[in-house]
Amino acid sequence: MTGLFSEVFLSALLFGAVTAAIPLLLAGLGEQMSEKAGVLNIGIEGMMLAGAYLGFVGAFYSGSLWLGFLTGAAGGVAVAMIMALLCVRIGLNQIVIGIALTLGLEGLTALLHHFQFSRSYPRLPAAEATVIPLLSDIPVIGPAFFKHHLIVYLAVALVFAMGYLYRRTQLGLNLQAAGDKPAALDVAGIDVIRTRTIAVLTTGALAGLGGAYLANVGAGLFIPFITNGAGFLGIVLAMLARGRPVWVLFGALLFGVCLSLTTAMQVAGINIPTDVIQMLPFLAVMIMLVLFGRRASLPAALGIPYERGAR
Amino acid sequence: MSGSFSSSVAGRDIVALEGVTKRFPGIVANDSVDLSIRPGEVHVLLGENGAGKSTLIGMLSGLQQPDEGRILVDGKPTPITSPRHALALGIGTVFQHMMLVPTLTVAENLLLGGPWWQRPRTEELEARVAEITRSLGITVKLHAKVSELSLGEQQQVEILRAMVRNSRLLILDESTSMLTPKGIDELGALMRRLVEQGLAIVFITHKLKEAAAFGDRISVLKLGRKVGEIPPERFRALGEQAIISEIVELMFGKQKDDPEAVERPVRTVQAEAAPLLQVADLAVAPTDNAPGLSSISFDIRPGEILGIAGIDGNGQKQLAEALAGQRAATGGSVRLEGVAIEALSVGERRRRGLRYLTDDRLGEGTVGTFPVSINFFLKQVGAAPFWRHGVEQRGEIDERAAQLVREYDVRTPSLKTPVARLSGGNIQKVLLARELAEGAKVVIFNKPTYGLDLANTLASRQRIRDTAARGLAVLLISTDLEELLAMCDRVAVIANGALVGTVENTDDARTRIGRLMIGLAA
Amino acid sequence: MSIDTAPTASATALDATSGTATRRDILHRLLMTLGPILIALIIAGFILLAVGVDPLAYYGFVLEKGLFSPLGIQQTLTRMAPLLFLAAGLIVAFRAGMWNLGGDGQFLLGAVTAAASAPVLVQIMPSWLALTFSFLIAMAVAMIWSLIPALLRAYQGVNEIITTLMMTFLGTSLANVLVKLMFRDPSTTVPQTRTLPVEDRLPRLFETTITSGLLLGLAAIIIVHLVMTRTAFGLKLRIVGANPRAAVHAGLGVSGLTVTVFAISAGLAGLAGAVDIIGVQGNVRADWNPAYGLAVIPAVFLARMNGFAAIGFVFLLSVLSIGGESAARRLGVPNHFTLVLVSIVLIVLALAEYVDHRYNQSRKA
Repeated sequence: MTGLFSEVFLSALLFGAVTAAIPLLLAGLGEQMSEKAGVLNIGIEGMMLAGAYLGFVGAFYSGSLWLGFLTGAAGGVAVAMIMALLCVRIGLNQIVIGIALTLGLEGLTALLHHFQFSRSYPRLPAAEATVIPLLSDIPVIGPAFFKHHLIVYLAVALVFAMGYLYRRTQLGLNLQAAGDKPAALDVAGIDVIRTRTIAVLTTGALAGLGGAYLANVGAGLFIPFITNGAGFLGIVLAMLARGRPVWVLFGALLFGVCLSLTTAMQVAGINIPTDVIQMLPFLAVMIMLVLFGRRASLPAALGIPYERGAR
Repeated sequence: MSGSFSSSVAGRDIVALEGVTKRFPGIVANDSVDLSIRPGEVHVLLGENGAGKSTLIGMLSGLQQPDEGRILVDGKPTPITSPRHALALGIGTVFQHMMLVPTLTVAENLLLGGPWWQRPRTEELEARVAEITRSLGITVKLHAKVSELSLGEQQQVEILRAMVRNSRLLILDESTSMLTPKGIDELGALMRRLVEQGLAIVFITHKLKEAAAFGDRISVLKLGRKVGEIPPERFRALGEQAIISEIVELMFGKQKDDPEAVERPVRTVQAEAAPLLQVADLAVAPTDNAPGLSSISFDIRPGEILGIAGIDGNGQKQLAEALAGQRAATGGSVRLEGVAIEALSVGERRRRGLRYLTDDRLGEGTVGTFPVSINFFLKQVGAAPFWRHGVEQRGEIDERAAQLVREYDVRTPSLKTPVARLSGGNIQKVLLARELAEGAKVVIFNKPTYGLDLANTLASRQRIRDTAARGLAVLLISTDLEELLAMCDRVAVIANGALVGTVENTDDARTRIGRLMIGLAA
Repeated sequence: MSIDTAPTASATALDATSGTATRRDILHRLLMTLGPILIALIIAGFILLAVGVDPLAYYGFVLEKGLFSPLGIQQTLTRMAPLLFLAAGLIVAFRAGMWNLGGDGQFLLGAVTAAASAPVLVQIMPSWLALTFSFLIAMAVAMIWSLIPALLRAYQGVNEIITTLMMTFLGTSLANVLVKLMFRDPSTTVPQTRTLPVEDRLPRLFETTITSGLLLGLAAIIIVHLVMTRTAFGLKLRIVGANPRAAVHAGLGVSGLTVTVFAISAGLAGLAGAVDIIGVQGNVRADWNPAYGLAVIPAVFLARMNGFAAIGFVFLLSVLSIGGESAARRLGVPNHFTLVLVSIVLIVLALAEYVDHRYNQSRKA
């Protein structure tokens, strides 16, 4: 118990929180864009797994983490293309397809892993941190927030980029119209299907990137079902964030703290069973949903496929 | 009635339809329609619901393609392939149902449609809008959220949008259904100013009086075909009454009278009887997308038809739902035959004789995928003799369903047909049968003839009159003023969730109701 | 969000109540159910090829081990017991328009509860009474586990997909905690609950190794089917599922029905867990999670929510499950492949319904 509030513990906790938060952040940002445009993307867990697997494969065989991020994002996009085709273009039920994609990719990545890596269980070398000078010298906060891989800072910058996109560009208007009243967008001459497809593919890219980060930086390896609900947590974040990317960031950090408590406790020498700690993030989710669930504001056309001139 | 002074741009059609035909599964929506739309003219498309007007509009605005025939723009055959294409050709449409994004501001809505990578060009827009609103004599709040505007203001925004896009042809689809009588006059004046600037306007309506008042040229549609056209010369030559007679003859054949105009109802009200329904100070809290109600009070006696007039969206539906028990009341009392029912559930109120016929036939009134027979008993699930000890008695259900089908003349292939396959008029008959068949004492009708063709409209109205004649109390909520004047003993006007006045149905009722609707004393 | 939202095709078009079955209709039905399965088998076969496994050999092995061997068919029928309970629970929920995806969590908690209570109860009362209580406690625990998502949906309109999924994650961890800490068998080194002796478990059928839990499962799904199609209660649930606004208009207490539906669905999932322990496993090992809950979903959709048809598809799923486990040991193909196959079936089914719907539309025009 002595180690509980030491600098080491807090630093480790916060560092781990950021590392755990990034996949959630990316998943949440991605899901937020889909939902803004009116698509409920339950398959995001599958997209993250695809990203994790392909991201790991890419980094492992090439030796470059960045290439791994690229292949991971590409994996997410590939799955998203299926979603875009089946749900946005053809109009099949988004929930059914989402469940199918998640289940299928859980199985597929586990299957592929078995045939490729189950004998060797390879690991990636630890990711290189980009240390930000000066800021990283602040006690506790410094090593926690400013000694991460470059992609972490880029992800946070993305939060603000997306905020700008939503509020200050035509695309942002189009996305909101696609989610709130697609007929109005259609009549204004913009292709609703194309707008929604852009949103879904972007979600795939972000989710895939999140998965790749989880495998390559967070864990350094790939095991089946490694995401363990990160995609679904992303959906919760998007639902509670009411359309603002900044809230996704805060929520991701909150959940990140819960997730990182396991390792931090071990560092501090506290002995609480892993299973109990693993319950924490989901417990936090349920509490948030009980407190704030009613106020989750979702676009009016969410989940309903668009059909021009539907009778 | 007005003439047009379009001498400088006379003659050439902006858009012409030649032999245009459009089919949907089971019906021919448009059958070989010819139409010529000229600048400087208000061209009225007149026809009852189901005549094919909306489909024509869909084709002109690029939402649908004709199956046969062709569309000419400026004399050249031009298939209009998408809304974007229509806009590029200068065709702007104001649809019957609002096509604005409620969560965006007026300016943002007007900016929708620009290239996606750009910053929205707000300043340019503001300048352009100022120019247009000045020349048209209207004002528009650019930075208000659309959801905060009244329906009339929203319509102005849609017209403005068409102007910002440099439309040469403006199509107005049933634009007056949500307006006060004054608002309708203002729209008419606006149309006049627009055509004086050289625009072509296509004005779709099913209301004879508006067609006669605002049009330069009238094309009459009936069951998908164009049955006649009254050109401007003829228009100028005849008086309004004569125009109306001619239109009526085109639409309905030999009748010379306005089929919708009926004598004032024969009084069946028992003046000394105690009211069947007493509502006192009923209040309902407002929600995100519905206005609240405050201090609603009225009585209805047996045999009486009380109408609720008002612009759509002023609390009519909430009133109906609160009376039926679907919406919680925050105050006040409702008494049925003297007994307080405001604490009772929907089912309990129904058992005591309160019936609610909703306007949303498929969205709320029925389950579309269930058979006709089950839909008759949707509100009596579990009740004997159709269910015994919770188990369904198919025989009893089918027997009674068959009876009701006969009695109410429901046209259906079989009792097992999913009710969504029936036509609107027949679905309405199912609802009528369900609510009126037995035990009804007070019936609430919400827009009962909305979307029905003339035959079904008249039949429904007759049923409502018969209902009152049997001694029931009827609350008739409608946005159709003519309907209310033809059927009700008294008409109350609702505005912003409160009753602003009640008018006896005498000769000057129309004016008095109109005044109440726009906030003046009757 | 109700399941029957889009008027266009979806794999969830329920309640096709019109008409008597002509021969054409029967052929059509057969095509629409066997077709997707066949196509999915082919597509999944390509995936097997990609990882270097001969698909025909794999499928043949699965059929042999799951269906054509005497031991295999008994195991398959035994496996059906929990799956039928799960399917019954899904039918109730889906027909009412509620996505109860918490089946796995409810299953595990029911299993752990049964594993903890049964060995204790059989020592203080007659076996049949002890097992009955065990079943009831398991059912109650699972029902309670569904309460929060149910209330959130009924009174706050919170989407139940997310809440039930979260509860599954929570439930899985909680089950592990219970197994490793509270209900741990002190006499073994491997963390697991106390084992229910074989003679106290559900009796086997005749001379076979098939558990009589199968009969319980069959009873459950048939009862669910009859209730859904023939009773007033079932009709109310179907109305809520087909058109929630009409349910409100008709005066059905939707909130109360919502909580009831979740309770029934979760209760059945809990019973599935209990029957697996009391009938088959005898105990719960730490980190045990067969994850049947989501795999049953395609079977229920293929059956179009019809209880009797579901029995057939659950049987097929069982064959796949047992055969797949055997294949994992002998052929080295992990039974994650089952998940892949099952998800492809779901997607192909959705597509097939869509194509069928469009074909019908164009024929009517």
